[in-house]
Amino acid sequence: MAAAKKVFGAAEASDLVNELRRSFDDGVTRGYDWRITQLKKLLVICDNHEHEIVEALRDDLGKPELESSVFEVALLRNSCKLALKQLKNWMAPDKAKTSLTTFPASAEIVSEPLGVVLVISAWNYPFLLSIDPVIGAISAGNAVVLKPSELAPASSALLAKLLEQYLDPSAVRVVEGNVNETTLLLDQKWDKIFYTGSSKIGRVIMTAAAKHLTPVVLELGGKSPVVVDSNTDLKVTVRRIIAGKWGCNNGQACVSPDYILTTKEFAPKLIDAMKHELETFYGKKPMDSKDMSRIVNSNHFDRLSKLLEEKEVSDKIVYGGDKDRENLKIAPTILLDVPLDSLIMSEEIFGPLLPIITLNNLEESFDVIHSRPKPLAAYLFTHNQKLKERFAMTVSAGGIVVNDIAVHLALHTLPFGGVGESGMGAYHGKFSFDAFSHKKAVLYRSLFGDAPVRYPPYSRGKLRLLKALVDSNIFNIFKVLLGLS
Amino acid sequence: MEAMKETVEESLREMRDTFASGRTRSLKWRKRQIAAIYEMVKDNEDKLCSVLFQDLGKHSTEAFRDELGHVLRSATVAINCLDKWAVPKQSNLPLLFFPAKGKVISEPYGTVLVLSSWNFPISLSLDPLIGAIAAGNTVLLKSSELSPNASAFLAKTIPAYLDNKAIKVIEGGPDVATILLQHQWDKIFFTGSPKIGRIIMAAAAQHLTPVTLELGGKCPTIVDYPTISKNIKSVVKRITGGKWGSCSGQACISVDYVLIEKSFASSLIDMLKPLIRSFFGDNPKESGCLSRIVSKQHVQRLSRLLNDPRVQASIVYGGSIDEENLYVEPTILLDPPLDSEIMNEEIFGPILPIITVRDIQDSIGIIKSKAKPLAIYAFTNDENLKTRILSETSSGSVTFNDVMIQYMCDALPFGGVGESGIGRYHGKYSFDCFSHEKAIMEGSLAMDLEARYPPWNSFKLSFIRLAFSEAYFKLLLLMLGLKRST
Repeated sequence: MAAAKKVFGAAEASDLVNELRRSFDDGVTRGYDWRITQLKKLLVICDNHEHEIVEALRDDLGKPELESSVFEVALLRNSCKLALKQLKNWMAPDKAKTSLTTFPASAEIVSEPLGVVLVISAWNYPFLLSIDPVIGAISAGNAVVLKPSELAPASSALLAKLLEQYLDPSAVRVVEGNVNETTLLLDQKWDKIFYTGSSKIGRVIMTAAAKHLTPVVLELGGKSPVVVDSNTDLKVTVRRIIAGKWGCNNGQACVSPDYILTTKEFAPKLIDAMKHELETFYGKKPMDSKDMSRIVNSNHFDRLSKLLEEKEVSDKIVYGGDKDRENLKIAPTILLDVPLDSLIMSEEIFGPLLPIITLNNLEESFDVIHSRPKPLAAYLFTHNQKLKERFAMTVSAGGIVVNDIAVHLALHTLPFGGVGESGMGAYHGKFSFDAFSHKKAVLYRSLFGDAPVRYPPYSRGKLRLLKALVDSNIFNIFKVLLGLS
Repeated sequence: MEAMKETVEESLREMRDTFASGRTRSLKWRKRQIAAIYEMVKDNEDKLCSVLFQDLGKHSTEAFRDELGHVLRSATVAINCLDKWAVPKQSNLPLLFFPAKGKVISEPYGTVLVLSSWNFPISLSLDPLIGAIAAGNTVLLKSSELSPNASAFLAKTIPAYLDNKAIKVIEGGPDVATILLQHQWDKIFFTGSPKIGRIIMAAAAQHLTPVTLELGGKCPTIVDYPTISKNIKSVVKRITGGKWGSCSGQACISVDYVLIEKSFASSLIDMLKPLIRSFFGDNPKESGCLSRIVSKQHVQRLSRLLNDPRVQASIVYGGSIDEENLYVEPTILLDPPLDSEIMNEEIFGPILPIITVRDIQDSIGIIKSKAKPLAIYAFTNDENLKTRILSETSSGSVTFNDVMIQYMCDALPFGGVGESGIGRYHGKYSFDCFSHEKAIMEGSLAMDLEARYPPWNSFKLSFIRLAFSEAYFKLLLLMLGLKRST
């Protein structure tokens, strides 16, 4: 007996938000205990349902078990554990220093939940990118609606099932669907919207948010460049690039190494090393390897094919290039010196294609990167200390990683987010808690000790005293009070 | 307009080139510019007081207290603290990643736009400017056309003191703002109304430009009479000074309305009346201590709020309006209907509704029924009430037993939530407001773990699982072959 799919229209969207708002106003989500309970349940999901999650990811993306276990479940497990351990600290107010002008007073900054928030997730790491922000939302005490991506349908269905089964439905809900459901959700008034996806849709989200003055976090993408200096450990460099590119959802990740910049002189060595390691990792027939995700769907397959087929690009393939549309597979492909204005060098690749652009000297890489929209990540492989410093200081990106790829994702002590086209806001660790909180300033003043200088009628003397107070210079204040100034 | 479009494009080009040159990254340059702002204000105190008097009828003491003094202090704090603020923050990384290092550096966004307001035209222009410069950006300031003399002063004087290839001023109204908003900025900082805030954010969305919106709202003031009756004189002074003594109620953090238990309302009113007279004399229009309403349109707006017959009937003090002289008398209302216009939009003027409640606890419900304001004020010594206010209401800030003064505390973030705004500034928050927090991680090429790389097998899976859960001992056993891979 087929269950009728519940209709989700404008009325349902509005009812949903109203219901969650009532729960929030009733204080359901504010208490420490409620938040801890939800976080513990999320941990149980990670512990007890890993197998189903791995299966769903295999269905949706052909993701290898290790990637699912590590880059989705393990990261989430750690995120839950961290929140469980730190929540008391995070929730505690911060004391703030008061000055002579506000003396006597004490001040603090109190973290309070924003209210009812919307998390819109992506298809490439459907569990990680759904639950990690939800962990942030819940730890900060909000009610939350999650809209997973319909492009990963098995994951979306499993998320809906698990969250419904384990979490408090009066405050945490999942809405499945496509652009229609998303649009209906975006018409509602939210207290925060957290979106992971493309820059194009990021604009749509922010425009919708503007109608209600809803603050947003946009985790977008971009072309994350990898600069490779000849002065590096070639084998380690190449292994990390390969693992970071094809070993992370087959290049379909927001921080995927998009293209390489290196010198003309070094490129042949680099390419040879890459070919060698690629074979070590994926064998002589990479299309048969079970250690890479497939392309998510035929739309993206066709998009990537088009990138390869462009004139002046197709003849630059130096490795790979095989495609299998039926099985949605494209072999790890390396291209050498495609034109800088080609399609493959203009949009985020998000797939297993890796252009290598050669330069006369490594200096030029700064100009190349600078002339493009700011990416989510920028990578550099080198032993050269000066180059590392210059890169870190002058390349603007969400995050910079030297001598590795993508690992900064796993570090809860570093904020993860973009800048410019790659996004706004950040999360992970305490930054997630902060992203979903309002930091309310609280000033406690005493009713004693009032300076008449504050009030009309105004006079010269009052002006002098005010000036001295502003200087917060105790001598000046005394001088004025004693009539010596 | 064509000429204006070209000016904007030219300015943008120049500011972007200046930013690209790296000049603004130098801390010395930033401090020099901020010091120049300090000098500019100090050198021109009299002129500044004069323009503020021309635009808003502000007394020089009010001008200094609310604007000039604030800017001087802001500049001093920025110069003294910039070195500290600009230091990268080291991050502790888990043992698994040893010997990797992590830190966060604050980098300027690039070329930013500051859109200022008319009520505190000097401080609301220069304070964000100080933040933008401290963070190392190039910046274009558009001052408000509703305070033309202040705007003209800034447009003429800033170029004389500051690096005018990096910091520019443009004058004009909505048409200029529209042109500016068509361009891509790296950050937009806006002070003004929620209505315009929405327009700004929608325009910013086209370019994925992050925004800080300092908006407004109806800032309520709870007076829990019985618990503060011993100090009622201070309370009344603070409310009176806060409401009418600062730009005649035209401030985003102005006391908008008072909430008090019914039985104490008349005592409060009986104390407010003589105090208003003592502050502003029998003819406040002539006192020189009360700011003017900024424009005829705003006088008409306030007039309209009072014209509602039910509101008229609630006037217990004041109520007279002189549109020609941009004057609205300090006015007190007692219980205008909660559904009247004056109780549903930000008043931004010298009219003070007093709303009575049966029990002071009921004031929380009233506050919650309205949009989140920029500030909530509460005069009370009841710890229970304080706790309820903090946990059940939401606002940019809460100040107990005073009004307005949170603005001067630069250790506190100043900003709104919901309808009252997005983002915050003041003190270090200004520096952060105009900075991108960039994470930097450096791994070591020396230590490499086989388990990181395909082809995958159960050993590698176990290894990584254990590593992630930081079960280092079990990891060691696995590596020594003393633990089975699962």
